[in-house]
Amino acid sequence: MPDVFAELVGQDDAVETLRRAARAAAALVAAADSGDGVGAPGDAAVGGAMTHAWIFTGPPGSGRSVAARAFAAALQCHRGTGCGECPGCHTTLAGTHADVRLVVPEGLSIGVADMRALVLRAASTPSGGRWQVVVIEDADRLTEGAGNALLKAIEEPPPRTVFLLCTPSTHPDDISVTIRSRCRVVALRQPSADAVASVLTSRDGVPADVAGWAAAAAQGHVGRAKRLAGDPEARKRRDAVLAVPRRLTGVGAAFDAASALIEAAEAEAEAAVAELDASERAALQTALGAGGTGRGAASAMRGAAGQIKDLERRQKSRATRAQRDALDRALVDLAGFYRDVLTLSMRAPVAPVHTDTAALASAAAEKWSPEATLRRLEAVLACRQAIQANVKPRIAVESMMLALWRG
Amino acid sequence: MADVASANPAPIVLVLGDEELLATRAVAEAVERGRAADPGADVREYEAGALTPGEVAEMLSPSLFGGRRVLVLRAGQDARKDLVTALLGYAKNPDPDVTLVVAHAGGAKGKAFADGLRAAGATVVPAGKLKGHRERVAFVRDEIRRGGGRCTDDTAEALIAAVGTDLRELAAACAQLLADTDGKIGADTVARYYRGRAEVSGFTVADAAMIGDVPGALEALRWALHVGVDPVPIADALADGVRTVARVAAAGRGSPFQLASSLGMPAWKIEKAQQRARGWTPEALVDAMHAAAECNAAVKGGADDRGYALERAVVAVAAARQGSARR
Ligand SMILES: [Zn+2]
Repeated sequence: MPDVFAELVGQDDAVETLRRAARAAAALVAAADSGDGVGAPGDAAVGGAMTHAWIFTGPPGSGRSVAARAFAAALQCHRGTGCGECPGCHTTLAGTHADVRLVVPEGLSIGVADMRALVLRAASTPSGGRWQVVVIEDADRLTEGAGNALLKAIEEPPPRTVFLLCTPSTHPDDISVTIRSRCRVVALRQPSADAVASVLTSRDGVPADVAGWAAAAAQGHVGRAKRLAGDPEARKRRDAVLAVPRRLTGVGAAFDAASALIEAAEAEAEAAVAELDASERAALQTALGAGGTGRGAASAMRGAAGQIKDLERRQKSRATRAQRDALDRALVDLAGFYRDVLTLSMRAPVAPVHTDTAALASAAAEKWSPEATLRRLEAVLACRQAIQANVKPRIAVESMMLALWRG
Repeated sequence: MADVASANPAPIVLVLGDEELLATRAVAEAVERGRAADPGADVREYEAGALTPGEVAEMLSPSLFGGRRVLVLRAGQDARKDLVTALLGYAKNPDPDVTLVVAHAGGAKGKAFADGLRAAGATVVPAGKLKGHRERVAFVRDEIRRGGGRCTDDTAEALIAAVGTDLRELAAACAQLLADTDGKIGADTVARYYRGRAEVSGFTVADAAMIGDVPGALEALRWALHVGVDPVPIADALADGVRTVARVAAAGRGSPFQLASSLGMPAWKIEKAQQRARGWTPEALVDAMHAAAECNAAVKGGADDRGYALERAVVAVAAARQGSARR
């Protein structure tokens, strides 16, 4: 039976924890419905398996948001703990359940105004009689103000409200210590390439050889593996990135490679958000009655200009983020190549990340000293960090390309 | 008339030097003095190179109607030999009702003419290019004082850092500040006015760093920060300086015009970068770009003292060039 947790690849411990919590939650609801208990989580009666606030951690692609959504579905399940088939599970996974709110930051951060509005709405009684669930993806992008607003809600939770936060780790850089101290942590692992490959084959019908290659190249990132297996454009972009080490023949070539990488990321981001941007703009214009005439139309248009500006600002912020994400994917691919070279020159018994560039990697391993390869790998990782720290992407990538050329 | 005799203008004024603003001003002041002595003075101006001894003799001979005459000769260094002879002859015994103003560039050309006038007792007004920082500071303070305002050395230095060393622009900036304030001009006033010149200041810093001029780069940097330029555009300009030289150097020899389209840069920028590229090895450029990238991270919030991060980057860029042979 493909229940809601089937999407979580290689995360047996986490799934077990979440199932137990969902069972406890269902018991609470049942007890409240039959009038035998207060029905709030944390009651000794249910052994504390359920709680109000959860943090899902794990490396990118390990399925933090998949786990949070699956758990949300399990909490809304009509039949058990996430059957995957009932209307509760279905609408939750489709993002249309009335009592499940999904927060996906569109910009680089989640602001305090958004968070206050969200907390307020989450305090209402669940319309389906079960739980109000708030899923915050990328909780590491909360602003300080938003974090404080969230903390207040978590400190004094309404009886039927559950907060599910996703962050890369519980490091204080990612989530405040006070929020962390009030949440139960579900730590997800980086799934093995084998686990990712087998889910691609069984779930998505990807041929075994393609699945194996894509799972390795995606370095444990399930979504990325699926995209590589199915999207020729994504494969083409990856090929271009992996051609970089060969193209670095001098200073000029390094700057050219930097430009190409930045432009590819911009184009990818542009393609990713263009459709959404256009449909949002169309929706807003319809809502504002653009093109209307008659009394009030002129003053309505003045207000409309402000709203359109506001939308454009949010869209720009989202585009910036999409660009950084695209660039980061490229850098992860590039790091994979230098890691392959390093494992080859150290003769480490580790499977390569990029099976299709194995020949190039072993040629490089012959030519470069392990120290020089390590410096190159570090240059790629330093570039990722620099971009996260808000360094101009072009400057960070140029510096990296030069370091990759010199070694 | 005895009481104005002391204010009688000098009969011969030699304005010596090629700083256009100062020369123009000195000539105008001499003319004003002539007019002050006689509001109806007859003022005429000539280009020295286009004048004959005959015309000059006519100008200098006593007028039928009396009254003061002011004769301005521009570009005195271009005067022909016969004219020089005639004027030096006149200078031995000048007419007290005439003011002769000779503007002379002060170079080797026509030097005998200038020396002769000086020997004949002409009042010499220097109008040469200002040399060095101190003279410019004094110029700015003097400008402000002339306009009825007051400023300190610090303020004058901030203005020079923001505006540059062109005297015309400095004078215009002083006039602007005087017009818009009550005359008490501080470094903060200057900062408010010239913050918009961030790019120029950043590029000045980068240019100096790229030719290995550490003192010049540091001075430009300190003043840029002093007048309130944001560190981020300075860091960007530094990276741009390294990038431009690196790309131009890597493109090899070629005319700036040929390279312009392949590099996507204007030819003048390429030409400048080709000059700057001397003394740089590819290895050194890698180090310099690394320093620029680290600096960018530091000024974007990593560092407590962003000015220090910029200074370190400037020194690192220049040191990379110096150490071109190190690796
Ligand atoms: Zn269900």
